[in-house]
Amino acid sequence: MSRPSDHIDSAPAPDQGGVTQPKLGFAGTLRWFWRQLTSMRTALFLLLLLAIAAVPGSLVPQRSSDPNGVTQYFTDNPDLAPILDKIQAFDVYSSAWFSSIYLLLFISLIGCVIPRTKHHLQALRAKPPKTPARLARLAGFTSRTAPAGTDAATAVATARTVLKQGRYRVALFEGPGEFSVSAERGYLRETGNLVFHSALVGLLVVVGFGSGFGFSGQRVLVEGQTFVNTLLAYDSFNPGRFFNDTELDPYKLTLDDFEVSYETQNLEAFGQPVDFTAGVTVTPRGGDAAPGAVRVNDPLRTGGTSVYLLGNGYAPTITVRDPEGTVVFTDSVPFLPQDANLTSLGIVKVPDGLADQVGLVGFFYPTQDETTTGSYYSSFPDLEYPVLTLNVYSGDLGINDGVPTSVYALDTDHMEPLATRTSDIQPLELKPGDTQALPNGLGTVTFENATPDAAEGDYSGSVPRFASFDIHHDPTQGWVLLFASLVLGGLLTSLFVPRRRLWVKAVERADGSVQLEYAGLARGEDPGLESAVTALADRHAALLERSAPKDAVPVGNPGEPA
Amino acid sequence: MNLNELSILSLYSAMAVYALAFIAYSIDLAKRSSAVSAADVAGTASAGTATTAVAGGNTTTLTRISARIANDAATPYGRSASLRVGVSLTVLAWALHLVAAVLRGIAAERVPWANMYEFAMTGTLLIVTVYLIVLTRTDLRFLGTFVIGLILILLGIGALQYYVEVAPLPPALQSVWLVIHVFVASLGTGFFALGFALSFVQLLQSRREERVGGVKPGGLKFLSTLPSAFTLENLSYRVNIIGFILWTFTLMAGSVWAERAWGRYWGWDTKEVWTFIIWVIYAGYIHARATRGWRGSRSAWLAIIGFAAVMFNFGIVNVFFKGLHAYSGL
Repeated sequence: MSRPSDHIDSAPAPDQGGVTQPKLGFAGTLRWFWRQLTSMRTALFLLLLLAIAAVPGSLVPQRSSDPNGVTQYFTDNPDLAPILDKIQAFDVYSSAWFSSIYLLLFISLIGCVIPRTKHHLQALRAKPPKTPARLARLAGFTSRTAPAGTDAATAVATARTVLKQGRYRVALFEGPGEFSVSAERGYLRETGNLVFHSALVGLLVVVGFGSGFGFSGQRVLVEGQTFVNTLLAYDSFNPGRFFNDTELDPYKLTLDDFEVSYETQNLEAFGQPVDFTAGVTVTPRGGDAAPGAVRVNDPLRTGGTSVYLLGNGYAPTITVRDPEGTVVFTDSVPFLPQDANLTSLGIVKVPDGLADQVGLVGFFYPTQDETTTGSYYSSFPDLEYPVLTLNVYSGDLGINDGVPTSVYALDTDHMEPLATRTSDIQPLELKPGDTQALPNGLGTVTFENATPDAAEGDYSGSVPRFASFDIHHDPTQGWVLLFASLVLGGLLTSLFVPRRRLWVKAVERADGSVQLEYAGLARGEDPGLESAVTALADRHAALLERSAPKDAVPVGNPGEPA
Repeated sequence: MNLNELSILSLYSAMAVYALAFIAYSIDLAKRSSAVSAADVAGTASAGTATTAVAGGNTTTLTRISARIANDAATPYGRSASLRVGVSLTVLAWALHLVAAVLRGIAAERVPWANMYEFAMTGTLLIVTVYLIVLTRTDLRFLGTFVIGLILILLGIGALQYYVEVAPLPPALQSVWLVIHVFVASLGTGFFALGFALSFVQLLQSRREERVGGVKPGGLKFLSTLPSAFTLENLSYRVNIIGFILWTFTLMAGSVWAERAWGRYWGWDTKEVWTFIIWVIYAGYIHARATRGWRGSRSAWLAIIGFAAVMFNFGIVNVFFKGLHAYSGL
């Protein structure tokens, strides 16, 4: 079957012990090396090596899947981390050593598949091989005597029909005093095997190069905000190597509302979120607006992109005024959730308009509660009793130099704490709709109520929510799915379609009766071979019985030794 | 008593009956050993019989190939009451186990495999289901001690360590792929478990076969009433390739779900890594069987390592490794 020489189905290499081998030339060495690389033993070794090499990536955080974990690892293990980084332990799956293992494996695979494909194409056109002289040595050998009056040629012709009906490829052979049919089936087994291995190569190629044609980007939207799919609108954007910005389809996406429902019946899971739905409106370029929804496990597919719901939280609307009452800052600020009950942390930076630059570090509690030590926490993720506390700092926000800084962090090293838990003035505490004076007469700060007309004590709509979206474009996903399906289909046929040869031989005996012989040969795993031979013999006998001359008495019983 | 409490009661009853079945299977193994001893005593008188049969030539070879598994054993072993009791108790325990899983599902109003406790319950149920289905086709009753022993350990850990109250599905798990991906993974685990048990016995058997003919047979006597290492290997292979196909599908279904949930079909999350490692080990196992010099005990070791990795993926990676496959309530 043109398998590697150490395949179980290949003939064992002739014993060359004692024979002095001629020296291998350069080409000979290359050929020797190639044969080694494409041998079963090497493939097996590389497979097991691949399994072992994949392990470290699950023990050490990876930059690709857990960048924060890597940063944390460097902080926790300042001595070990740089060494691990040198051997690419944080990028295992794109490391030189991991790549070289799978590339070698795939070269070995290709080197094995190509000659096999050639050989298989020949086999597909070839006739089944000549019937062996001695069937008795083969699997499932069965010998029977044909009904009286049946001649050998007819018996074999009938066998040929039976085999053809069983989708065997057949060839008739004739010798002195004997006729035989040789049959083979299950070419699909090898086809499936080749499809499986080729599809794996296809998968590797598509995964390797395909990701370069797409992009992924993130964007946070507060209820009511709109995003246009252009490069500038993204909070962060990671294009593939071959991606061009002009390919972005500038559709508009508006977050109309963000619905969350929480479990309130089952006390074991009280407060657990049951559903997140981002209600959106999508306006394609030059098209009409249409409503849509983005849910967890249910992305929105639009404009060649998939929009995923990544996270959500509260975005309190905060307004800062100077002592004259002029607004110097107003915005809905996304606060990052810190725990399951959505205690959230947010930053407000007011660079201009007040006597000093002012930074606010806010904690938001959707349902505020107090521990015995007096610290606040949130006891439920929904808006039952929302409270915002603000720590106030003044001084240098550190943004004048033009160095980009995170909007989610405030560097207080060069700032003076005006109202914090450790200063004379305690942090400001506001409920929706409240306004409080900033220390030192800097101005005022207001926690806006989004639904000022709601009934007394109903805060359910008082604070807007935000949703963070992940927007992806990967034009090769369809190919990946196609190759993966081929892998599965190839695997199924290569493991379950039996490849086998069957032979039926009819020998004319001296007394005029005809002896029928059946046997089979498995090519690859074939647990059903024996029963297939028996079934063939039974069916063949039944057919011969029916067509045998009526007056004749059958000679011999099935199974009786000849 | 609510449905979940009934489910727990049913599960504990199932565990008790499994324990009884385990005892029955163990008694059977003990009886096999004594039957072997008795046959040895009787055999010394007519030591020639076995040799004569082999010397019979062609015909004997053919009978050996086409023989049913029961005939393949070195020492034939007749009907056993304790074996029948063991199987009956297994079926009873399986029914209780099934009731436990169904009641849990009804109580939670969803499929009963959304957290570690439920995986343990449904996964072990599937292992027993696969075992019972295979029993109708091939006589693997001798594996009862191994399979039910494994079930008792896994169920014990699951019920005692991982128990959580019924809770609604978090949005991340609300997907039709939870039903498909996790179910197929558990079913694949069922086949791998059986393949593991067969490979394990195969290793014991091949060690015994190597000793036979030596000076001192010794070792576990009941082994000579079990099929030959060759037959066990074939059985193990057939079970494991079904597991491998299901595992391939698990990987694919997981990728489809990952694309819908996390926006990428593959991201080397720790659980993805281990699912990949398991796939590669079993791919290696299948290749080993086709490689000269690797058939037999070496490939059996790969099947055992593969199943160890499956258990590691379930018991250790889920609990101790940081990743996206974090499960509610644990």
